[in-house]
Amino acid sequence: MTTVTEAPPLAPTPVEEPRRPRRRGRLVPYWLLLPGILWLLVFFALPMVYQASTSVQTGSLEEGYKVTWHFATYWDALSEYWPQFLRSVLYAGVATVLCLLLGYPLAYLIAFRAGRWRNVILVLVIAPFFTSFLIRTLAWKTILADGGPVVGALSSLHVLDVTSWLGITAGERVLATPLAVVCGLTYNFLPFMILPLYTSLERIDGRLHEAAGDLYAKPFTTFRKVTFPLSMPGVVSGTLLTFIPASGDYVNADLLGSTDTRMVGNVIQTQFLRILDYPTAAALSFILMAAILVMVTLYIRKSGTEDLV
Amino acid sequence: MTDTNGDVRLSGISKTYGSFTAVHPLDLTVPQGSFFALLGASGCGKTTTLRMIAGLEEPTTGTVALGDQDVTALPPYKRPVNTVFQSYALFPHLDVFENVAFGLRRRGIKSVKKQVEEMLELVQLGEQVRKKPHQLSGGQQQRVAVARALINHPKVLLLDEPLGALDLKLRRQMQLELKRIQTEVGITFIHVTHDQEEAMTMADTVAVMNAGRVEQLGSPAELYENPQSTFVANFLGTSNLIEAEVDAKSGDEIIVKAADSKLVLPAARCSAPASAGGKVLVGIRPEKISLTHADDAGSIPEGRNRITGTIADASFIGVSTQYVIDSPVCDEFAVYVQNIERDGRLVPGAEVVLHWSPAHTFGLDANQDIDAGVESVEEEAAA
Repeated sequence: MTTVTEAPPLAPTPVEEPRRPRRRGRLVPYWLLLPGILWLLVFFALPMVYQASTSVQTGSLEEGYKVTWHFATYWDALSEYWPQFLRSVLYAGVATVLCLLLGYPLAYLIAFRAGRWRNVILVLVIAPFFTSFLIRTLAWKTILADGGPVVGALSSLHVLDVTSWLGITAGERVLATPLAVVCGLTYNFLPFMILPLYTSLERIDGRLHEAAGDLYAKPFTTFRKVTFPLSMPGVVSGTLLTFIPASGDYVNADLLGSTDTRMVGNVIQTQFLRILDYPTAAALSFILMAAILVMVTLYIRKSGTEDLV
Repeated sequence: MTDTNGDVRLSGISKTYGSFTAVHPLDLTVPQGSFFALLGASGCGKTTTLRMIAGLEEPTTGTVALGDQDVTALPPYKRPVNTVFQSYALFPHLDVFENVAFGLRRRGIKSVKKQVEEMLELVQLGEQVRKKPHQLSGGQQQRVAVARALINHPKVLLLDEPLGALDLKLRRQMQLELKRIQTEVGITFIHVTHDQEEAMTMADTVAVMNAGRVEQLGSPAELYENPQSTFVANFLGTSNLIEAEVDAKSGDEIIVKAADSKLVLPAARCSAPASAGGKVLVGIRPEKISLTHADDAGSIPEGRNRITGTIADASFIGVSTQYVIDSPVCDEFAVYVQNIERDGRLVPGAEVVLHWSPAHTFGLDANQDIDAGVESVEEEAAA
């Protein structure tokens, strides 16, 4: 009761005094935002506009390119390179699923079972970032080299017979096959899956597991009905962080693949840097971007995580 | 009550964490259908005991039995026991209906609608079925937690400080509510709390725990009127404890000497061995004492215990006035006097005589900390 009666006389004092600092303070957030906004304008918005205009230009290297609103470039690019698009989505999709299957148990272990080893394992997850992406991918070239221990082991276990039959390896080779590219993608993007999964698992109140057990849920049912649904924000952000960069990636396909495993990223890179067909490259980039946006939107709608995040 | 199939029996149950003993070997029987409270300050082992009954904690030694069934080795999901967790642990991704239906669905019951609706009616939440836990108030969440546990018709419902997160007014209301529900469904409730008033209001039987042991077990009135240790005397309400020497034992009465006063207490109410010359602690509750001004000392009837003193402090509470009396036997004697007819002379500095019926006096073993249980009450109040 005393707190209620004392409240009114306290109120007027704070209103009188901080009026002056508050007015100036109101603009501070905008000033703090300014560098970021400028950065986005110069390095994101302007290049996008520039790319968009490039994609509707015609001309040649010698005569120069002019904006002619030639939208046919989009159609031509799509009809010529649809297999690479499809392959990108497929490889990135498979790599994402593999990342989820590998990453979820690991994230679960770190969040609930690691105890004092938690930070050590987290550092190990991030450790690969201390080396260049390129070097790590090149290392996979050595790991999967023809006649190397990995290929030898897979061969003697007759795994390669199965994978060759499935068409994801070729005879006694793993390098320069779809399997190698997917392995590279999975490896390179695994931390982007583990970290968001870990964050959302770690936030789950341990008492919810106890409560589920108390309410007759066996451990696996507890996982299915409580843990997994509550980790959905992590699953969604993890799959997005893996799928989006993986579908635009070209390094893995370039270093570990062959001409038969070219992804759309490789095509864009070649168009821009070797063939110098800027309009096609720009159009391909926009198609890729639009495709990812549509897929991501559908995915988020489907997984219904809006109110969980 | 005669049916013992639902009794909870703890035999020699204990729990140690490394070198720390949370619960010392403990034997406890909670009769079926009773409202049982485990009362104690934080860290006294009451929650650990509860969690061992639930199966969330494995006992280091001893067994837990429900009726004839030894459940010690059973995981929680196989025990016919449900828990209302401290801060509720409601599933945030499920709405009220699904939270309450959770236990039924796990046991493979298909048609849950009717049962869930009835249960939500019982806890007066019929309107909130499709809300998520975070859209509910603290009191409503608490009801969901109770409904979610009760719908399974457990043999025992365990409540782990279920009202701790609520404000005082709501807590009072929920105490009555829980008591009503318990009477209505007739399930055994084991309630863990640090709030002595809560335990006394709700429970039929209270076990007072201290440092991993049960200090005393009994009905609230029995514990209050006849505490067996200084911890219980101080933790449950307030007690005036006087260090005294046994003067003589005559029949069913013990006569003790404290400073210049002689006090009488019934031998049946003395939990300590009393032999002439030995020490005992004599206890009296502050509301049992009458206060008379020294000038009127002659009007006090014979046969009452009396002590003289000076009023050190008086605070008017409304229904009563609480006095602190400075006396030769105890320098902070608490006396609560009902405000029926107030004597204007009873102000700080006044010479007074405290007197009470010997039947209200109790005796305790002098070989214990006279202030045990005092600090823990204050700590809880501060927290």
